[in-house]
Amino acid sequence: MDNTRAPRRPGNELKMIAAEGLVKTFGGRTAVDNVTFRVVPGEVLGFLGPNGAGKTTTMRMLAGFVAPTAGRAEICGFSIDKQPVAAKQKLGYLPEGAPTYGEMTPRDFLRFIGEVRGLTAAEFRQRLGDVVERLQLEEVLYQPIETLSKGFRRRVGLAQAILHDPPVLILDEPTDGLDPNQKHEVRELIRTMAPGKVIVISTHILEEVDAVCTRAIIITNGRIVADEEPAALIRRSRYHNAVSLRLQHTADLAAVADDLRNLGEVRQVEVDNHEFTVTAFPKDNALIVSAIGALAAERRWPVEQLHLEAGRLDEVFRTITTADRDA
Amino acid sequence: MGIIGSIGKRELQSYFATPLAYVFIVIFLALSGLFTFYLGGFYERGQADLSPFFNFHPWLYLFLVPAIAMRLWAEERKSGSVELLMTLPVTLWQAVLGKFLAAWLCIAIALALTFPIWVTVNYLGEPDNGVIVAAYIGSLLMAGGFLAIGSCISAANRNQVVAFILTVVICFLFMLAGFPLVLDFFSGWLPGPLLDAVASLSFLTHYAAISKGVLDLRDVLYFLLVIGVWLFATTIVLDLKKAD
Repeated sequence: MDNTRAPRRPGNELKMIAAEGLVKTFGGRTAVDNVTFRVVPGEVLGFLGPNGAGKTTTMRMLAGFVAPTAGRAEICGFSIDKQPVAAKQKLGYLPEGAPTYGEMTPRDFLRFIGEVRGLTAAEFRQRLGDVVERLQLEEVLYQPIETLSKGFRRRVGLAQAILHDPPVLILDEPTDGLDPNQKHEVRELIRTMAPGKVIVISTHILEEVDAVCTRAIIITNGRIVADEEPAALIRRSRYHNAVSLRLQHTADLAAVADDLRNLGEVRQVEVDNHEFTVTAFPKDNALIVSAIGALAAERRWPVEQLHLEAGRLDEVFRTITTADRDA
Repeated sequence: MGIIGSIGKRELQSYFATPLAYVFIVIFLALSGLFTFYLGGFYERGQADLSPFFNFHPWLYLFLVPAIAMRLWAEERKSGSVELLMTLPVTLWQAVLGKFLAAWLCIAIALALTFPIWVTVNYLGEPDNGVIVAAYIGSLLMAGGFLAIGSCISAANRNQVVAFILTVVICFLFMLAGFPLVLDFFSGWLPGPLLDAVASLSFLTHYAAISKGVLDLRDVLYFLLVIGVWLFATTIVLDLKKAD
């Protein structure tokens, strides 16, 4: 699973996020429990987990808003605890809920961010033009932020995070509250920025992980329970390489299921009488689609659709996160 | 200065983007005028000085400064923008000082706009303008003291109304620390030297000296120290509570 990650060239340590043994307890409750990972340039890390799993707390520790109970975090080689200002200069951070100053206009707000980030007037003009175009903020630039729609407010928050073109981006639910078109655009934005940058996003939208992330960490009850590329996660699904047949209403589902069970490489068959669908699960992820196709032709089953499943991320997610709870 | 200036400027912009600054300034001017002429008997006294004007400043500040201070941090914490501010490359001190200076400047503007009364007294008689300048400085320093207390209380509370009430109470205690109202509470059980220490914390005593034209370095230092200590407390409280 390591071969698809960005190579660990010498010097990359200075451009990355490192979290080592991060622990955070609130009162007696452990919100984050020994979280360790590294993210290198070019990687887009998706942080997944049920609500309350510790995603936001972990991101807040990386961004220096919450001090860890134990462990340490580094941004581009700067300890967020010991050199917070240097670390934060390298960082663009979108907090959960995209808070801004509501009474300000996006233009004034971004100018404030630019000043604090130390941009010169010329740099600011150039960067402002860039982020306004990327996030399509032109039409609302002079309206108070609190009067804007949720989608615009989220995009103002994103603009703030990328204004100084930081090498490291931490975005807590960047697409929350956006409509499908805006979600698509923000994902495009993340993809175009990804080369050369370290990006961490948290989300509970699984398709997003598939769409933009090169790597996914699933966290539940404060612990990392999976850390791999999305394709590998999908392969964990019991639906991986399964074949589902949707049949006409005239078909004899039981007979079809029996025939499928007799195929050597089929481990299990499930019948959905409601949807008129029969799903065959292979042994050891074997490819059974051609065998089933041939069988269907031979027996003249009234097949409406034959579908090879890649795997279902939501199913993997549920399996992983609930297994941990039951344990 | 750069970052403190940027934070202060942004804060001040917010005051003037909302009615806050205008309401504060108008109320301050109206009340200070009322108090001076009706309660203070500015004309009836027949003296060319501004003591009826300055004497009421502590009482004005007691309610008006907590009103402006209560939102300093409570609002940032409530809206979540404190997370944004604290993850920008700024130190706690820069943030605390920038916001404090903005609020202080807002009070200074209100105070400066009372200049007609100074013009009036100069038109009517020949006051000692040195005393008036000293009193203005003393008044501003005292407002800073109230404001620093409010800043700390505001950082500790998410709820602005709670912050307001607590600030008024604590400011009241500090104001009257040298008077029986407060001292009697301590006199039964506190040893003499400590009692004197409590008494010496009184805003009113230090302010009274300055507003009579005695710009003693110790009184100035006292107010600067009060501001410094409460702002330091603000940074500690923020560090502990910002993410709650």
